[in-house]
Amino acid sequence: MSTTSSANHLEQSLQLENLTCTRGGKVLFSGLTQSIAPGQLLHIVGKNGSGKSSLLRILCGLLSPTSGQVKWTGQVIRANPENFNAQLIYLGHSPALKGDLTAAENLFSAALCRQDTLSIKEVEVALAHGGLLPLANKKVRTLSQGQKQRIALAQLQLKPRKQFWLLDEPFNALDSDASYALQQSIQQHLQLGGIVALSSHQEIEIDQPSAKVRIEL
Amino acid sequence: MSNIWKLFTAMAALIKRDLSLVLRRKNDSLATLFFFAVVASLFPLGVGPEPKLLQQIASGMLWIAALLAAMLSLNRLFADDYQDGTLDLLLLSTIPLPLAVLAKMIAHWLSSGLLLSFAAVLLALQFNLSGESVWILFLSLLLGTPIFSLVGAIGAALTLGTRGGGVLLSLLVLPLLIPVLIFGAGAVDAYQAGMPVAGHFYLLGALFVLSLFFAPLAAALSLRIAIE
Repeated sequence: MSTTSSANHLEQSLQLENLTCTRGGKVLFSGLTQSIAPGQLLHIVGKNGSGKSSLLRILCGLLSPTSGQVKWTGQVIRANPENFNAQLIYLGHSPALKGDLTAAENLFSAALCRQDTLSIKEVEVALAHGGLLPLANKKVRTLSQGQKQRIALAQLQLKPRKQFWLLDEPFNALDSDASYALQQSIQQHLQLGGIVALSSHQEIEIDQPSAKVRIEL
Repeated sequence: MSNIWKLFTAMAALIKRDLSLVLRRKNDSLATLFFFAVVASLFPLGVGPEPKLLQQIASGMLWIAALLAAMLSLNRLFADDYQDGTLDLLLLSTIPLPLAVLAKMIAHWLSSGLLLSFAAVLLALQFNLSGESVWILFLSLLLGTPIFSLVGAIGAALTLGTRGGGVLLSLLVLPLLIPVLIFGAGAVDAYQAGMPVAGHFYLLGALFVLSLFFAPLAAALSLRIAIE
């Protein structure tokens, strides 16, 4: 069983082929080619407005590149979006939470979009992992920016684990403890053969520096 | 088969989530109903309290009022999700986007069109419509208001993120809904004139089926464009 799953993981690589992105008449980046294998971290760095978020949105298929393509397991992601989406968690620069729903309900609703059925227990475990259990029944509207961000990140702990994490500035608004915990879970995800792509101004420390791929925009 | 069932349950869960959001912000739905009641009550003040005349124009007037009231909440259909970023989740969902959009349309209808149809029954009494006419009005609205939500969602998706989207939305959508208004209001008029109403309902039904098929596809496509 474990051998088949690791064989699957091997195929689940991400390829960026000759990506070019033009926004508002300005070329943000061009000819971007990169391959990311399971267990690797793609760290996107760059100044404000250099196209980090655009690149992440291209990687998940929300934005179409001006030219070039993104492939997942050798298949263009837009060719079979439902299949690709099933293996993806994308956390954009806003936490994507409904202010009128509670923290727990927000996790249910995010899982619902991925058609994962969750038990209350599983949601509690994911929230407890980030020390958010006391907030489970609070409306998200009443929480601070950092707390919202942590609730959004709690999605990463939900089962079944998604292969591909796409995080836009995940360390924003996090305190040092939460930021350390996030680094830990990224590390763990990579060890399990997952792929992480993120943009961040801060350095990400992982055990194997060779597993880090850096793109400077 | 189990896949289709899974899709249905996921759509039902989406509808349930949207409805629970509506219940937590009752103001929006209440504003729609209130607007409907106020517009319907303004007409007698404007055209004069002539019972005969009011009875004649009641159906058309209630239809127009319902149409305008439905427009009121349409621009929020995707705008809220767009603002808080949850629209991205919907676009990256494993549920095919047209079906996810259809779920949102159904939730919108349940929280606006359905309520308006019931409210219309109460308001129709105010205009001294006969019992059967009220029934016909109710049924025509029940068949017509889903088209507002279906076609309106295309406009809502197209105007997403634009300034003054609400006005633009009405300009885009209202002309498209003219046939619905004609056959919907026409059904009651035809009944009052002693003519058969089946034809009107067939045409309304055809418009409903047509928009039920095409509107989710068009709205999904517009959403993808709007989000870029």
